[in-house]
Amino acid sequence: MIRNLRRKIFSAACGASLLLAVSAHAQERFITVASTTSTEQSGLFAHLLPAFERESGILVRVVALGTGQALDLARRGDADVVFVHDKVAEEKFVAEGFGVKRQEVMYNDFVLIGPQNDPAKAAGKDILAGLRQIEAAKAPFVSRGDKSGTHAAELRYWKAAGIDITAAKGPWYKDTGSGMGPALNTASSMNAYLLADRGTWLNFKNRGDLGIVVEGDKQLFNQYGVILVNPAKHAHIKQADGQKLIDWVVSTAGQKTIADYKIGGEQLFFPNAGN
Amino acid sequence: MHEMTTSLALAGELFAQGDSQLLAIVLLSLRVSLTATLLACLIGMPLGALLAVGRFPGRRTLIVLFNALMGLPPVVVGLIVYLLLSRAGPLGQFGLLFTPTAMVIAQTILIVPIVAALSRQVVEDAWREYREQLRSLGANRLRAARTLLWDGRFSLTTAGLAGFGRAVAEVGAVMIVGGNIDGVTRVMTTTIALETSKGDLPLALALGMILIAVVLLINIAAFLLRQWAERRWG
Repeated sequence: MIRNLRRKIFSAACGASLLLAVSAHAQERFITVASTTSTEQSGLFAHLLPAFERESGILVRVVALGTGQALDLARRGDADVVFVHDKVAEEKFVAEGFGVKRQEVMYNDFVLIGPQNDPAKAAGKDILAGLRQIEAAKAPFVSRGDKSGTHAAELRYWKAAGIDITAAKGPWYKDTGSGMGPALNTASSMNAYLLADRGTWLNFKNRGDLGIVVEGDKQLFNQYGVILVNPAKHAHIKQADGQKLIDWVVSTAGQKTIADYKIGGEQLFFPNAGN
Repeated sequence: MHEMTTSLALAGELFAQGDSQLLAIVLLSLRVSLTATLLACLIGMPLGALLAVGRFPGRRTLIVLFNALMGLPPVVVGLIVYLLLSRAGPLGQFGLLFTPTAMVIAQTILIVPIVAALSRQVVEDAWREYREQLRSLGANRLRAARTLLWDGRFSLTTAGLAGFGRAVAEVGAVMIVGGNIDGVTRVMTTTIALETSKGDLPLALALGMILIAVVLLINIAAFLLRQWAERRWG
């Protein structure tokens, strides 16, 4: 009898703790943004989004992935807004009807990172010449290989440099299939070259002997765009609140907040929504 | 070795400061993984007991299957749960993706096989020992399974702790179904992965040490509780 009672108390306690543990969150007003690791890990979002959240009362939940993955997530309807950097892929996304309209927000630039003693002699202001030098020297090069915006840009540069990378690929070219940070860690540990966005590089701590090898080439320009996911494809998309975020980041206030973000006195992103 | 000492000092500092953001992350980790463990025990333990005492076709296949599923890769579980919960998936209408509930579901699936397989072993050993006795008391198999589970409850804590250990330590599943959203689904392991990708290795390692310390505390608490309960009721 007493044993039975104990057993009942035990089950009741289990049930109660279970209820406590899974009790639902208070209903919050929020939107989900699929974005890239470069905007999240460079610290831009931590600077930019609180200003919007204060003004609008809408919380922004950011899922940071590579551009390709972020767009795929949005295709499935798992985000309200995408904020990414691969113009070609973004335009395709809109053309397929998954996005309402693409708006340009800001740009930053890519930098070619490599060992400071530059064994391939790739240094300079010309990214294509730099890549040709690396390929000629068969110097270790780390590729993102993850369909991200940076990966897409890297492939475009190889092509523009007149190198068929699929054919030229050898043991020197490491296809890592990883995000910007992990790729930087890999490059740092094997003293390899790689293409990175400046924001992530500036915020990256485990640099080892790496430094900037090529920067300042106009072709290294990296444009970010923002797109509302099409509510016609997915009925649950938070159209009004998502549009509010888009309107704000391209507004004077939003653009100024982007320009104000600096690491060590260096501005990371250059607003250009007005263009 | 220098990094180790830096991280150890950093871990101590973080712990002493009681940083509210870090505390929230630790608490979310515990909330998700403890809930998953509890659910996995409620499902896995009866399942294990039935596999131990039951006699039905396919029983041996199921035993081998659950043993094999102990090695289920978290990233695969994450992917499956993602596809189920995604808006385009069969359970999309509930909007559970990128919530702690999604993380609980993924971790529960991940550890049910562990809890079930270990419980089966415990109950099977007891069944071998008390089979005749239980039969002479006229207990059917269902009744026997319940009795053996209850009698083995102290030994079964190990099964629960093994499940909890696996749940709280995995990163592959919660990263995919939770999305590592700051303040919503960011837990200890995803924070460690994030700091590693930022190249802040000392901080990542310090967070890892804190995670180990928290898991150690849970295990100490479970051990003491078991001892106390065994003295009281055992």
